[in-house]
Amino acid sequence: MSIIVKNISKSYGQVKALDDISLEVRPGELFGLIGPDGAGKTTLFRILTTLLLPNEGTASVNGFDIVKDYKSIRNNVGYMPGRFSLYQDLTVEENLRFFATIFGTTIKENYDLIRDIYVQIEPFKNRRAGRLSGGMKQKLALSCALIHKPKVLFLDEPTTGVDPVSRKEFWEMLKRLQKQNITIFVSTPYMDEAELCDKIALITDGKILQINTPEAIKASFPKKIYKVRSSETFKLIQDLGTYNKTHSAYPFGEYIHFTSTQSDFQPSELIDYLKANKHNQIEVLETNATIEDTFMELSK
Amino acid sequence: MNIIRYIIQKEFRQIFRNKAMLPIIFMMPLIQLIILSNAATFEIKNIKFGYIDNDKTPYSRELVEKFNASTYFNVLSDYPSAKMAKSAMLNGDVDVILEIPQYFDRNLVREKKTDLSVTINAIDGAAAGVENVYVTQIIQQFNKNVQVDLMLYDTVNDRPQTIETIPLFWYNETLNYKTFMVPGILVLLVTMITLFLSGMNVVREKEIGTLEQINVTPIKKFQFIIGKLFPFLVLGLVLLTVGLIIAKLLFNVPIIGSIFLMYGYTVVYILVILGIGLFISNYTDTQQQAMFIAWFFMVIFILMSGLFTPIESMPQWAQLLTEFNPIKYFVQVMRMVMLKGAGFTDILPQLAKTLLYAVAMNGLAVMSYKKFT
Repeated sequence: MSIIVKNISKSYGQVKALDDISLEVRPGELFGLIGPDGAGKTTLFRILTTLLLPNEGTASVNGFDIVKDYKSIRNNVGYMPGRFSLYQDLTVEENLRFFATIFGTTIKENYDLIRDIYVQIEPFKNRRAGRLSGGMKQKLALSCALIHKPKVLFLDEPTTGVDPVSRKEFWEMLKRLQKQNITIFVSTPYMDEAELCDKIALITDGKILQINTPEAIKASFPKKIYKVRSSETFKLIQDLGTYNKTHSAYPFGEYIHFTSTQSDFQPSELIDYLKANKHNQIEVLETNATIEDTFMELSK
Repeated sequence: MNIIRYIIQKEFRQIFRNKAMLPIIFMMPLIQLIILSNAATFEIKNIKFGYIDNDKTPYSRELVEKFNASTYFNVLSDYPSAKMAKSAMLNGDVDVILEIPQYFDRNLVREKKTDLSVTINAIDGAAAGVENVYVTQIIQQFNKNVQVDLMLYDTVNDRPQTIETIPLFWYNETLNYKTFMVPGILVLLVTMITLFLSGMNVVREKEIGTLEQINVTPIKKFQFIIGKLFPFLVLGLVLLTVGLIIAKLLFNVPIIGSIFLMYGYTVVYILVILGIGLFISNYTDTQQQAMFIAWFFMVIFILMSGLFTPIESMPQWAQLLTEFNPIKYFVQVMRMVMLKGAGFTDILPQLAKTLLYAVAMNGLAVMSYKKFT
C-alpha cells in the first residue's frame, strides 16, 4: 500500500477536524478526497506530509511511519499546498532550481518527468512567479512538487480558483503522471472532478462517509432520481419542499434533483401536484445519480 | 554545503529584487546617522534668559553682562517686575530668570555676601539641569572677580582659600559630542536593520506560505537557518563599513583601535541580534506581530544601553537588567576601540558575555524552530 491511514483523529482545541479516519491507497492509484470546505481535507494532508502530528491513530506513506520516519517521507513525497506557496519574487526557473537543489537533485536529472508540464511555462522562465497567471502558477507549483521524482504526490485542492479549461488540462496531466507510477492523493471540493479519480473518499465534518470507485458510489445511490424543471425555479424549490412525498430536492444546474419517500413513486403524481400549484413548462425525467447526489444523501 | 549556498544566493536575490526595501536598508540608516549625529547633542545653546535688575548698579550690570557674553545664553529682556517675568516664563518666552535683589551692590561690598534668585523652567528636566550648571558657572566666575575687587579693601589675612579644579577630558579632549555619539548611533543602526530584517524574514515565509513548502522538503534545520541568517550578517557588516567611512570622513571621529577587532566583535554581536530576530519570528505568525515585538525590545535596549543616559545613574535593578542588553556591550566596545584604542584583552569581558549570549540565543532559536507542529 502506498498510503495507509488508521484511525487518525485530530482536534484543534474543541473543534474536531478529523474523527477516526481510515483509508488505504494502492500504489499508482489516483485517489480523490472529496468534501466541502472545512471537511478536514487540508488537516489530513498536513498530517500525511508530516507537517502536523495527529492526536490519535497511525499512518504511513510509502511504507514510512509519519511520526517516526518523517525524514524519509520528506524525501519521497511531493506536496502542493492549496495556496500558491512559491517565491513570487523569484523567476519560474529560479523557483524550480531552488526546489531541485534543496532536494539534492537538478532540473536536468528529472526533466523527463516534468517535461509535459514545464514546456508550457518554459517560454516564461525568466518571468517572476508572482506575475504568472493562475493556471501557469499551478503548473509551476506542480513542476516544483515533481522535480525530485516523488513516489507519492499530495495535491491539496489544486484546481480551486482555476478556470474550467485549465482544470481540464490539469486533470489530463495527472492522468499522464499516474502512468509514470506515481501515486496521487488529491483533494477537491468539485464533484465533477471526483469522477476522474480511480477511487474516492467522501468526507465531511471530519468523518469519512464512503470510500469506493466513483462508479460504485454512484450505483450505491438507493433511490430513483428525477430531474425536475419548471418556468419558476425558485417557486419550484419551495413547492417541492412542502410536497408530502419529497425525500430530497436539491438544485442541480438548471434542474432540481428530486427523490421521493415512496418506492413506487410515479412521475405523473408530481406533475399533477406541480400543475395544481400553477407551474408551467413542467418537466420531470428520470436521471442517473451523480456523486454529488450520493454525497448529499450520505451527509443528510 | 551546496544547499546552504543556494539558500544564501536565493536570499540575496530576494533582497536585491525588493525595490522598496533596498533603499530602506541602505539609505535610511545613513540618513539617520548623519542627521542624528548632528542633532543628538547634550549641549544646550541659545538658552532664553531674562533678568530683573532691582539694583541697577555697576555690579549688577556686570553680572548681566557676564550672561550676555556667554554663548549659551541669549539675553532677551530686562523685566521690570518679577510678575512680568513669571508670565513670560508661562508663555514660554524665557527659560531662565535671574532676579537681582535691591542693595545687591551694597550688601556685596559691606557684608561680603548677598542672595540671587534663579528660576529655571524645568519642563525638560535634563535641560534644566544643564542650564543650572551653566548659571552656577557664570555666577562663580563673577564671584571670583568680585572677590579680587573687594580684596583691595580687605586685609590680606581674610583672603579665602580656594581650590581650583581644571578638568581634563581624556579620549575626547574637547568633549565633542559627535565623537561620543557617532559610534553609539552607528551601533543602533546596525542593530535595528539586522534585528528587523531577520525578525521579519522567516515570518514572511510563514505569511506567504513558502515555509510550509520548505518544511516538507528534506532540508535540515541548520542549513535553512544558516542560509537565512548569513545574508543579514553580511548586510550588517556592510552597514558598519559604510557607517565607519562616514564617521571618519564626515565627522572626523578618531578610529584609534584595531579595525579587525571591531569587525570581529561585530560578527559575534550580529549573531546575537540574528538569534533574537529568529527567536521572535518563531513565535509570531505575521510580520506585523514580529515588527511590534522587535520594536518592544529595541526601545528597551536603546534606552537602557547607556547611550543616552549613563548606566551608573540607573537604579540597581535596572543596572542588573542592562547586563542582558547586547547594545550596551556593543556601545562600550565601539567606544573603547574607536576612541581609546582598546585591545583584545580590554574588551574580553564584553566579548565573552556577547559570545555567551550569541550561543544562548541561537540555541534557543534553533530549538524553537520546528518543521512541524
